[in-house]
Amino acid sequence: MLLLMAPWLVGFSVFFGYPLVMSAYLSLNHYDLLSPPRWVGLANYRYLFSVDPQTWTAVKNTLWLIVVLVPLQVLSAFGLAIMLARARQGVGIFRTIFYLPALAPPVAATLGFVFILNPATGPVNTILGHLGISGPLWFQDPHWSKPSLVLLGIWGVGNTMIIFLAAVLDVPRTLYESAQLDGAGPLQRLRYVTLPSISPVILFAVVLGVIQGLQYFTQAYVAAGVAAGQASQAADVTAVSLGYPLDSTLFYPVLLYQHGFTDFQMGYASAMAMFLLVVSFAVTLVIVLNSRRWVHEGAR
Amino acid sequence: MSAVGVVAPLVRRKPPARVRRKRMLVAIANHSVLIAAAIAFLAPFAFITLTALMTNNQALSSNLWPHPFAWHNFIDVFTKAPLWRWTLNTMEYSFAATLGVVLSSVPVAYALARIRWRGRTVAFMVVLVALMLPPQVTVVPLYVMWAKFHPFGFNFIGTLWPVIIPNWFGDAFSIFLLRQFFLTIPEEYMDAARVDGCGELRILTTVVARLAKPAIAAVALFSFLYTFNDFFLPLLYTGESAHHWVLSIGLSEFRSLHQVQWNLTMAATLLVMAPVIVLFFLAQRAFVEGVTLTGVKG
Repeated sequence: MLLLMAPWLVGFSVFFGYPLVMSAYLSLNHYDLLSPPRWVGLANYRYLFSVDPQTWTAVKNTLWLIVVLVPLQVLSAFGLAIMLARARQGVGIFRTIFYLPALAPPVAATLGFVFILNPATGPVNTILGHLGISGPLWFQDPHWSKPSLVLLGIWGVGNTMIIFLAAVLDVPRTLYESAQLDGAGPLQRLRYVTLPSISPVILFAVVLGVIQGLQYFTQAYVAAGVAAGQASQAADVTAVSLGYPLDSTLFYPVLLYQHGFTDFQMGYASAMAMFLLVVSFAVTLVIVLNSRRWVHEGAR
Repeated sequence: MSAVGVVAPLVRRKPPARVRRKRMLVAIANHSVLIAAAIAFLAPFAFITLTALMTNNQALSSNLWPHPFAWHNFIDVFTKAPLWRWTLNTMEYSFAATLGVVLSSVPVAYALARIRWRGRTVAFMVVLVALMLPPQVTVVPLYVMWAKFHPFGFNFIGTLWPVIIPNWFGDAFSIFLLRQFFLTIPEEYMDAARVDGCGELRILTTVVARLAKPAIAAVALFSFLYTFNDFFLPLLYTGESAHHWVLSIGLSEFRSLHQVQWNLTMAATLLVMAPVIVLFFLAQRAFVEGVTLTGVKG
């Protein structure tokens, strides 16, 4: 037994337990990797919560993303799954089409979207122009950059859709039949049979969505970098592009990256990491505990 | 899907025309929405492909259709950027990490699922917690650790090793997925092997590994996808050393290397998407089963 567990025991202590403890320690220090850590007590936390204006921008952006993207993803995945479950023909083809974007590597998908939504010559604004609508500036506009990322997120909803579809098809047919005999219409059957039966899967999607929202990085980093580069035509703008435009895509993990790995303020970044740790732990706990109220236990 | 259609109608009268017409209309509406959604989901791929086939001037205009088709873009990409170098680095990362994940996670998952020992529940909870936490939580001290660790003067920062090595010590997601699958294997198989005098290690390598092939395939597939797509960790450790860039980093820097050449950028984007999509069509069943396994059993 110990032999079987050995790799994980080593891995867990070295790559998880130790860093966790070190993170707590470093968060109480000033540390720039070059000179030895200098003890500063709670100063990092004080600066993080009461001085640094970027903290709240990043927290607000992250909350915005989670509150908007997660429900939209669950809804669209559910809608697609329901329609697929009812379709009589071409289910396989439709399922493949909806799933494919989820496979596209995030960097590639983001690049594609920044191009498609580029304000000047992008296909979307070109088509909108033909329809007489002048399209927004998308990734160049602080009000539209997050909605553009949401579009990208909905495009990649395939994984959740597949899980929902499997769950919907798993609902026993007899449940629908007896509901119908009791006089339930299609909407009522959806509300009182389908929804409760697949509620555990919805919970799973919500928890996963929130966790992914808390670590949202790649798409924001790439979109901001490419859009900033496009705007300035300069060769290397990565250093100033984080959060472009106007900190509207500055999510918490992006800010952490900036402090830790472009400014090398390891102590301060550790304090940010500790806050992220507490929040992700609390969020998961709250969702799972509250789930008892709306997840139908008998479903699985 | 097949289970839905097999309820054989006995002698059933045709429903009245009104009902049939209504069902027909609902089916048509349903399919129309599906087709509209499918077009929306395919459109980005179409635009990316069309742009990848344009000349630079066309790509900078608002033309939607390439004329003439610039097929040589896909060759130019390889001369303009070290795409082969990035591909080799990506393969190195993906294969080394995937092999490590499978070899180290299977025994752990087996011990968590099938062997009774004190602290098993606690250990499983810890795996779940590790699964839930964002990688950003531990990334700072890990970076410091690799930066300060110089065995025989070897510098880990700037190479892919800090990203590869942890995969050889068990991956929380894979352990979780495999454990869920191992729980579904009937205990009788293991008992029979134990009666025949097999040790746990032997049971694992013969009985369990064979029965769990689909789950192991799913774990390998997910690990490959994850590493192929991974951006954050390679960026941290190799961002400053272009020689070790993987495809995702190279692609993200591609535009700054080549200014506004959207046509080449889209050609590169398409080339990076291609392996994953080809892999999907080759192993479609494993994909769908694997994804379903993560959700339904969880």
